Amino acid sequence: MINSLTDILATTILYMTPLLLTAMGGLFSERSGVVNIGLEGLMTIGAFTAVITTLETHNPWLGLIAAMIAGMLFSIPHAVASITFKADQVVSGVAINFLALGVAVYLVKALYEGAGQTPDVQEVLRKMPIPGLEKIPVIGPALFDVFPTTYLAFIIVFIGYFVLYRTPFGMRLRAVGEHPQAAETMGVNVYRMRYTGVIISGALAGLGGASLSIAIGSQFSESTIAGQGFIALAALIFGKWHPFGALGASAFFGFAVALALKGQLIGLTNYVPSEALSMLPYILTILALAGFVGRAEAPAAIGKPFETGGR
Amino acid sequence: MKLKALGALLLSAALVTVAGCGAAQDSKGGSKGQSAGLVTDVGGLNDESFNQNAWAGLQKAGKEMDFNVKALESKRDDEYIPNLTKFAREKRTITWGMGFKIQNALEKVSNQFKDQHFAIVDTDMGGKIPDNVAAVTFKEEEGSFLMGVIAGSMTKTNKVGFIGGITSPLIKKFESGYRAGVKAANPKAEVKVVYAESFTDSAKGRALASSLYNGGTDIIYHAAGGVGKGLFNEVKTRKQGKYWAIGVDMDQSKLAPDHTLSSMVKRVDVAVYDMMKKVKDDKFPGGEQVQIGLKDNGVGYADTTKEHVPAKVLKKVDDFKQQIIDGKIKVPANENELKKFKP
Repeated sequence: MINSLTDILATTILYMTPLLLTAMGGLFSERSGVVNIGLEGLMTIGAFTAVITTLETHNPWLGLIAAMIAGMLFSIPHAVASITFKADQVVSGVAINFLALGVAVYLVKALYEGAGQTPDVQEVLRKMPIPGLEKIPVIGPALFDVFPTTYLAFIIVFIGYFVLYRTPFGMRLRAVGEHPQAAETMGVNVYRMRYTGVIISGALAGLGGASLSIAIGSQFSESTIAGQGFIALAALIFGKWHPFGALGASAFFGFAVALALKGQLIGLTNYVPSEALSMLPYILTILALAGFVGRAEAPAAIGKPFETGGR
Repeated sequence: MKLKALGALLLSAALVTVAGCGAAQDSKGGSKGQSAGLVTDVGGLNDESFNQNAWAGLQKAGKEMDFNVKALESKRDDEYIPNLTKFAREKRTITWGMGFKIQNALEKVSNQFKDQHFAIVDTDMGGKIPDNVAAVTFKEEEGSFLMGVIAGSMTKTNKVGFIGGITSPLIKKFESGYRAGVKAANPKAEVKVVYAESFTDSAKGRALASSLYNGGTDIIYHAAGGVGKGLFNEVKTRKQGKYWAIGVDMDQSKLAPDHTLSSMVKRVDVAVYDMMKKVKDDKFPGGEQVQIGLKDNGVGYADTTKEHVPAKVLKKVDDFKQQIIDGKIKVPANENELKKFKP
């Protein structure tokens, strides 16, 4: 029983990490007023970059850094299109998704003689137990013997909260997402704030992708990122565009996956088909969105291009 | 504005589709008109598994029997029909479709090109095989039985695991054979069976493997495609000599050399090669299901098995193998046969 609890908790943490990192990325972009459907693509490019960098340098930490940089670079076209050229932000984000997958798969083929996937990374990020804490019964092994990316994700939630709600930069970023005209009147450079928001989202989504490809997994193929970016986006909305909300929503989704998997192990499949069990996370998410969360309050100016001097 | 956005979406979708069809691999040879094409499923030619194996077999056949061979990779499910049609239009002697996902597409295209020959791997097409199609299937249950014998003989906890991909008659063949093998080798051992309901989500594979190992399972066999990578990622981080994984489709020991007991290899290359021989000899088995198993060397265990499996156990495995080949053991291929199975 105790073992089962630890197991469920460990699976929850494993599953929520990439979602949480990416949702935190989305938070910065959307709080500044720019919709970011492109999270999926940014994760893809991060996952890919992390793997090839680690394969070349044999250092997964460099892989993480490279993934963040690649995510930032890849988010720039989205920023240019949706902020400077005032294009439809959804269309631009969708384009990022197509482009990222295409570029990554093409480069894998070009680099590895037509292969559909990269070779295996040997120097993956391994679980880092925190001495002492990992010995705590039940929660110790699940919370304090995890991947470095998981610790990072939790730290980023708190940093994110602090930055967004306790610093002038964060206030301006949110102001730009709520009422850009007012912010501009107060001397805030709306364009610069929005660019910053989108680029931070690229860095964090890249990190989210890397956490899947060089910590949980050990290679990149076109199915490495298969919908996690969209689930992260859902977690962001579900979490009402708030860091702790995103944390809760990611944990909730991870927990639902963990329950579905555990259900099989304890023999629930004798009564329920395993296909149905696998739907559980998605069904629970829909139910939660529909029933318990209440109205999601989006930033007021989200999705609206900003025109200097407009109203 | 709305219209513009819609237009842009359609355009980008069209571009992606056009770009996706281009990837092809050519291999010259066979000027005398015999030619063959191979359409992969979404795994692609270098999937280190199924498609790659088949392509190797086809290339060998091309070289030795003078076929012009060519492969087209499908990046998405909607590329099966265009790719198959392309080969049929080129009037290739035979066009291969890889995997059960391609079944519907092959059914349609083979119906349109009744004079061409087609072959499909891993499905019996629901029992209704058109006259110009040969369906090649493997007796995965026989190979999996041997994996069960290894797991049953080597478990120290008397608990072994199985991770399946998507619940389907095909994966049930692996499961049934494996469970029968465990039962035959070690009636006391319990088999924990889980399905990921995915062939790609390696994180799920890792979570499942971790739960199974934590629950006292010490050997896990998978038949779950990319999900299985998660099994190897997990076992690698555990104590060597205590926790083991068993691979599938081809020798997967290089994913975790110190933790892999064996792999159930499916010799898709042998199957493709044998079929090409039949085509060459004008004995194409149209409308038939060709099943290949241990006897035809179509399934078996990987050569690296001897590295971690002691000779005593290997001998037992070979004994069982012989009994299956001789027909003394009929390996169950589904749940019902498994219930009746008595070692």
